[in-house]
Amino acid sequence: MVALAPQAPARPRASRRSRHATLVAWGFAAPFLILFLVFMAGPIVASLMMSFTDLTTRDLQTPFNVNFVGLENYAELFVDPRFVRSLLNTAVFVIVGVPLTMALALAVALALNTGIAKFRTVFRVGYYAPVVTSIVAIAIVWRFILQPDGLLNAFLGWFGIAGPDWLQSTTWALPSLILMAVWRNIGTLMVIFLAGLQGVPKEHHEAAMVDGANAFQRFGNITIPAMRPTLLFAAVITGIGFLQFFEEPFVMTRGGPLDATLSAAMYTFNQFGFGNYSYASAASYVLFLAIVALSLIQFRLLGKKD
Amino acid sequence: MSAIAKDTQVPDAARNAASARSTTTGTRGRRRRPRPRRWLYVVLTLGLVAMVMPFVWMILGSFKTTAEIRQYPTNFWPIEPTVENYAQLFGRLDFATFFTNSIIVAVFVTLGNIVFSSMVGYALAKLEFRGKKLLFVLVLGTLMVPGVVTFVPLFVLTANLGLVNSYPGLILPFLITPLGVFLMRQFMLSLPDDIIEAARIDGAGEWRTFLSVIMPLCGPAVATLTILTFLGSWNNFLWPLVVATSEDKYTLPVALALYSVGQNAAQYGLMMAGAVVVVVPVLLIFVVLQRYFVQGIALTGIK
Repeated sequence: MVALAPQAPARPRASRRSRHATLVAWGFAAPFLILFLVFMAGPIVASLMMSFTDLTTRDLQTPFNVNFVGLENYAELFVDPRFVRSLLNTAVFVIVGVPLTMALALAVALALNTGIAKFRTVFRVGYYAPVVTSIVAIAIVWRFILQPDGLLNAFLGWFGIAGPDWLQSTTWALPSLILMAVWRNIGTLMVIFLAGLQGVPKEHHEAAMVDGANAFQRFGNITIPAMRPTLLFAAVITGIGFLQFFEEPFVMTRGGPLDATLSAAMYTFNQFGFGNYSYASAASYVLFLAIVALSLIQFRLLGKKD
Repeated sequence: MSAIAKDTQVPDAARNAASARSTTTGTRGRRRRPRPRRWLYVVLTLGLVAMVMPFVWMILGSFKTTAEIRQYPTNFWPIEPTVENYAQLFGRLDFATFFTNSIIVAVFVTLGNIVFSSMVGYALAKLEFRGKKLLFVLVLGTLMVPGVVTFVPLFVLTANLGLVNSYPGLILPFLITPLGVFLMRQFMLSLPDDIIEAARIDGAGEWRTFLSVIMPLCGPAVATLTILTFLGSWNNFLWPLVVATSEDKYTLPVALALYSVGQNAAQYGLMMAGAVVVVVPVLLIFVVLQRYFVQGIALTGIK
C-alpha cells in the first residue's frame, strides 16, 4: 500500500550547508525532473488546454491557426451517440468486470492461503501467468478460442450446448471481452489479496472459532473488515485499469459489432486517428475525470466507515 | 493454520467462555478437514487448467497448418506438426526485426528507469532539501494518470521534434516512470541511515555515497524494477502503435496487432506463432524469476 514517509524533521534555518544540500539533492532529481516535465506533466496540462481548442492534424505546421473554442468539444462529445455508447460500454465493463475479478481472486487467495498445503507455488504461478503476457498477443489467441468453431464452443459442445459466435454477437461480444479481462487480471489481485490475508490477525480467527463461529461468519466478520484497505486498493487499481480497456476491442472486435464493444479509450484513439486532436483530448479528459470520480467513489464506499 | 495449538494467544475471556467446547467439538471439527481440502484441490486445479489453457492452445496452434485448425471439431494435438508458421514469421514477415526493435526499446527504457529512478529515489529517501515534499507529491500524483490522457499532446510534441517513427520517439517518453521512482524510494527508505553517516565520516561526498554505498545494497529493488519496466515496455502497445509508422520500427505487439486484421488474419497458425514469440519469452522469465514479481507487488502494491 501507499505509505507516505514520515514528515522530514523541521530543518534548521537555511544555512550554507543546507543550501548546498538542496543543490545536491536537486542534482539527483534533475534528469528525472526534466523528462518528467517534458513527457508527463507537460502533456497532462497540454491535453487539457488542447481540449478547449480546435486543433487538428492540419494545424501541426501552423500553430497560430488554432482557435480557442471553450467547451465546444465537450458539448459535441456528449451529443455524439457513439461516444455515449462507448461510455456505457466502458461502464458495463467496469461494473461487471471489477467485482467479478475481485470475487474470483479473493476466492483463489483464500483457498491458497488456508485450504491447501501442497503445490501452492504451482497454483500461484499458474494463476498469475496471464498477468505478465501481452494483451495484444493473448487477445489474438482468445479471438480464435471464441470463434464459432473454436475451443470454447467445442468444450460447450461436450455438454450439448451450442455456443454462439461470441465476438460477432451484439449480446455476447462485450461479455466475452469481460471474460478475457477477468482471466488476465485475477493473478494481480490474487497476489495482493494473499499479501493482505497475511495481515489478518490469526488470534481473531482462533477466538471466533472457539466461540463457535463458522467459516462464513469468520469470513464476513473478521477477514473482510481486516482486509478493507486491501480491498479498496484492489478496487481502485482494477477500476483504473478496466476503465482504460483498449487492446481487447482493438484486436478482437475493432469495437464492433455495431459499436457493442467500442470503449472510451478506443473512441479517443479513433478520433486521434481521424486527426481530430483537440476532440480526442477532450474525450481523453472525460475518461480521466471518470477515473478520478470512480476512485473517489470507491474511497467513499470502501474506505473507513466513520 | 495450526488452529488450537496457539491456545495461549487467545484472549482470556474468549478462552474461558468456550473452553469446554474447544476441547470437544472444536478439535474434532477443525483440526483436520480432509474432505473440504480434497475438493479445494479439484476446484483449484480446474481453475488452473482454465488459466493455462489459452497458452497451451496457442502453442499447439502454432504448430498446426491452417487447414488443420479450420477443421471442426478441432484436433487438440497437431496431427502433422509443422514449423511452417515460424518459417513464415521470420521469412515472409519480418518478425526478427520486430523482435529486435522490442528488445532495443525495452533495454533503453529499462536502463533509463534504473538510472533516473535510483537517483531521484535516493534524494527522496535519504536527503533533506527544500521542495522535497512537492517533488514527491508530483510523483505520486501522476502515478495513476492513464496513457490515453497524454498520448495526443505527446504525439504533437514528438512530431514537432521530428521523432515520429524513430527509436528516440519510442523510448524517450518511457525513460522515467513515477512507479519506478516510488519503488526505489520505498526500498531505500528501508536502508539504515547509519551507513550513510559512516560514509560521510569517511569523507565520501553524496555522489560517492550513492554510487558505492547505496546502490550496491539496492540489488533486489533494481532486479524488481528491471523486470517490471522491461515487461511493461515489452507489452506496451498504444504508444508504439501511434509512433511507429513504418514496418522497420514496429515492435512485436504492434506488428502482431496490425497483421492480425490484414490479409494474414485468417492464417490462424501464423497468428498463434506470432503470439508465441511475444508471450513465451516473458512466461519463461516469469517462471524463473517469479519471486521478484511478487516482491515488486509487495514494494509498490502495484503490478
